[in-house]
Amino acid sequence: MTAVLTNLFDGVAYGMLLFVLACGLAVTLGLMNFVNLAHGAFAMAGGYVCAVLVNKSGWPFFAALPLAFVASAMIGAALERTLYRHLYTRSHLDQVLFSIGLVFMSVAAVDYIMGSSRIFIKLPQVLEGQFDVFGVGIGRYRLMIVLICGLLTVLLQLVLAKTRFGSRLRAAVDDPRAASGLGINVPQVFAFTFAFGCGLAGLGGALSAEILGLDPYFPLKFMIYFLIVVTVGGSSSITGPFLASLLLGIGDVAGKYYVPKMGPFVIYTIMIVILIWRPNGLFGRTAAR
Amino acid sequence: MGGWQVYNRIAGFMLLGAVAAGVGSCPASAEDTFKIGLIVPMTGGQASTGKQIDNAIKLYMQQNGDTVAGKKIEVILKDDAALPDNTKRLAQELIVNDKVNVIAGFGVTPAAFAAAPLATQGKIPEVVMAAGTSIITEKSPYIVRTSFTLPQSSTIIGDWAAKNGIKKVATLTSDYAPGNDALASFKEHFTAGGGEIVEEVKVPLANPDFAPFLQRMKDAKPDAIFVFVPAGQGGNFMKQYAERGLDKSGIRVIGPGDVTDDDLLKDMGDAVLGAVTAHIYSAAHPSEKNKAFVAAYEKAYGSRPGFMAVGGYDGIHLIYEALKKDGGKPDGDSLLAAMKGLAWESPRGPISIDPETRDIIQNVYIRKVEKVNGQLYNVEFETFNAVKDPGKAKK
Amino acid sequence: MTTNVQSDVAYHARQHGRWHWSEFAYWIAVLAVGLAFPSRYLIMTEIVRLALFALSLDLILGYAGIVSLGHAAFFGVGAYCAGLLSAHGLIDEPLLALIVSGVAAMVLGFVTSFLVIRGADLTRLMVTLGIALLLEALAERFSNITGGTDGLQGIDIKPLLGLFEFDMFGRTGFFYALAVLFVLFLLARRIVHSPFGLSLRAIKNNPLRAAAIGIPVNRRLIAIYTVAAFYAGIAGALFTQTTALASLDVFAFDKSADLMLVLVIGGAGYLYGGLIGALVFRMLQEVFQTITPQYWMFWIGLVLVVIVLVGRQRIHAAALFVPNLILKQLAGRKAVVALSDNEAP
Repeated sequence: MTAVLTNLFDGVAYGMLLFVLACGLAVTLGLMNFVNLAHGAFAMAGGYVCAVLVNKSGWPFFAALPLAFVASAMIGAALERTLYRHLYTRSHLDQVLFSIGLVFMSVAAVDYIMGSSRIFIKLPQVLEGQFDVFGVGIGRYRLMIVLICGLLTVLLQLVLAKTRFGSRLRAAVDDPRAASGLGINVPQVFAFTFAFGCGLAGLGGALSAEILGLDPYFPLKFMIYFLIVVTVGGSSSITGPFLASLLLGIGDVAGKYYVPKMGPFVIYTIMIVILIWRPNGLFGRTAAR
Repeated sequence: MGGWQVYNRIAGFMLLGAVAAGVGSCPASAEDTFKIGLIVPMTGGQASTGKQIDNAIKLYMQQNGDTVAGKKIEVILKDDAALPDNTKRLAQELIVNDKVNVIAGFGVTPAAFAAAPLATQGKIPEVVMAAGTSIITEKSPYIVRTSFTLPQSSTIIGDWAAKNGIKKVATLTSDYAPGNDALASFKEHFTAGGGEIVEEVKVPLANPDFAPFLQRMKDAKPDAIFVFVPAGQGGNFMKQYAERGLDKSGIRVIGPGDVTDDDLLKDMGDAVLGAVTAHIYSAAHPSEKNKAFVAAYEKAYGSRPGFMAVGGYDGIHLIYEALKKDGGKPDGDSLLAAMKGLAWESPRGPISIDPETRDIIQNVYIRKVEKVNGQLYNVEFETFNAVKDPGKAKK
Repeated sequence: MTTNVQSDVAYHARQHGRWHWSEFAYWIAVLAVGLAFPSRYLIMTEIVRLALFALSLDLILGYAGIVSLGHAAFFGVGAYCAGLLSAHGLIDEPLLALIVSGVAAMVLGFVTSFLVIRGADLTRLMVTLGIALLLEALAERFSNITGGTDGLQGIDIKPLLGLFEFDMFGRTGFFYALAVLFVLFLLARRIVHSPFGLSLRAIKNNPLRAAAIGIPVNRRLIAIYTVAAFYAGIAGALFTQTTALASLDVFAFDKSADLMLVLVIGGAGYLYGGLIGALVFRMLQEVFQTITPQYWMFWIGLVLVVIVLVGRQRIHAAALFVPNLILKQLAGRKAVVALSDNEAP
């Protein structure tokens, strides 16, 4: 019984991490309809920024985390303004070609600057190890992930649903033309959203170094996972991707624990079944544009 | 769309294509150069293996010059991304077009396999600098190995574990040939010594998350985990081992030394302290030769050399010495004859090439991870001299 | 009346499908290149294989508008099928094994087509990707049959037709692959210029309208998807037969992704796109890998980004400027350098 709970906890932590990594993609792909396969590159950037700050410059881990967010968001904003902006109206195939190109460049560039070995971020003592709650092993680091990611999710939901910016974004996505007619600066809203999504990915990258491992091939290795989260979750709200992340996380952990040899099998089967059952994802819009 | 325009476009591209196809197919060959085709993964998941080998070879050539027995040595580096079909094509092109005298490298076992028939047909020595499956050298009479075989280290750690109070072991190995080699040899020696395997998990080679597997290990409550993961994944494993609290619950890590690879050991964190592994090389090996090697490598590349680097360093040394010994004759058969039986002092200790199996004979050391001057090192405490590959000794 | 309409359509299709002189020239040039660089057979074989694989994707993407990120599924099934047939000595004649492997992939294509024809682009991308990943996981799970990560051992390809041995230099392999490509290309050309092919284009342009004029949309899509699977299976079997290798990589995501790049570079929807894209992509890779074995990915990436930013139209136009100039002289009439690109949405 305790093993079940430990696995559940691990799965939730893993899923939450995936959510933070992928929710930026949910916005660009699901809402702005831009196939950005380079999303993982922003996550990687955040991870490496955090690693350099902590390992080389001696920053405390918790101080470096926000900077990972800021750095990735800035890179995202810069690229959005200079490159991505021109491609919103292009075909999906162009977008795929472009973003894959970016991934290749980022992989080789990071390899050149940081080397190809996997790197780790030195953690404070507080986060190491595990403690038991009624026999259920709770990893400290994973607990922190659950807390941070949980907070972020709530915050995101609030921002999207309650704030002025949230309603602007929803308006801009639903009907860009009408929105700009109402005086909403649509490109600005998109740019900001894009940058924010990249920032979240960067934060996720910094958090995932410990669990997923950080090396130059990160964007390629996890691209599929991000895509699964977004398509299975659907794009009507962030609830969909959130639930999809949890499902994926728990499915992955449980699959590996109970049927080690069939691990990946479980996830892909779930994905295909869900997509056949609901082609637009769990929480898809009925009128997909 | 109009058909004619399309076909004009085709015609245009066709001309371009004809030009492009010619690119890169004009190798220059000189009489007094000796060419080594180095095929290693420089991109993809195994890239760190290729880079270490490449670095070590460059270092060796800096230290020893690039002229041997009147021949200028030229190394042609190719990236196969650890995909065997790439390896095969590159090896073939190196042999046929570049007229290389030796092919070398081979980061993974399937790559070494793929090149084997070409070495046989082309009568060209294939120097395996990394891949560690026992059977490789039997795939072609032209294969010589300067890395190691997994049975060499796994049998020894199996015996050691059985003698040192470890009764129950759970195993976690990567699911490919070297992993299966390591598992089989360990199991045989450990159970023969009275040990018991309580849990056996094979993890896929490309694997992002060890945690669920480790949880399984933990629930099996063994005395130790026997681990084999390929070079480069050890760090991730140790991180999650610590995170799972396995170190606190008294489950030790044992295995061949791939898991505590020197390349990554520095950053693995204190959980790795006390891990006992059997392996062929440690950066802390207390010989003058090794100290000089580690210092030079660290100075040149800013990182610690791992066993892959040593495999490359010894591999190029082997080629140099063979060429010296046969007086600069570049043909494959005389090189191969010269390589057989060569013995020298490597950074890892004394090694030699078995004239019968063309495999490496070397010392295997049992080491424990300890802190030396504040840094993590594999400190050797027991030596088994001149170990042949047990995978072949059996037959 | 119906017969009249049908024969009318067939007539136009035939008109459209006549061979242009540049196509003859293309194939002659390909053959000439093959003869001119005997030391490069292996990479040329690889290009031919990739071209066939891309042709397969072109059939569904360029003509029917079905996007796929999992085409490696069929490639892999073909590859393993050919490998297993050879390793167990079931069928010794490579040509026969090739066809059997293609049929195996075709069966899989038929079965999975029912999953794929549902849903929009993104769903299709993920479903196809999922199927490929699933097969990869299966191949890994049953490593006692497939050889797992180490690859299938003991593949020994017997001489072609009992006459031509697959040699170390890849000569037999190359001409064999080229011949297969040519035959399948002719078949594909026949298909897309038939009334069936035209109906596919109608579906691609507007499925609803196509259904309204009486085209059985789903059945047509299933048919072309199955054919494309056959092509991909053949490409996979060629891979195994010309390299004597088969490992998990045949199902890898990279394979499907690269394929997409190849087709997008070459342009979809005119059959030659995959053939040209394969050449351009592979040559770029080769050149960069020779210059910098470590960081070639950066330059490939840069090229892709530049292609998109500048626009494929303009790149094509620029790349074709000089050749077209020559063509203009030769043909004595105005050559058109660029045309409206008809790609999938």
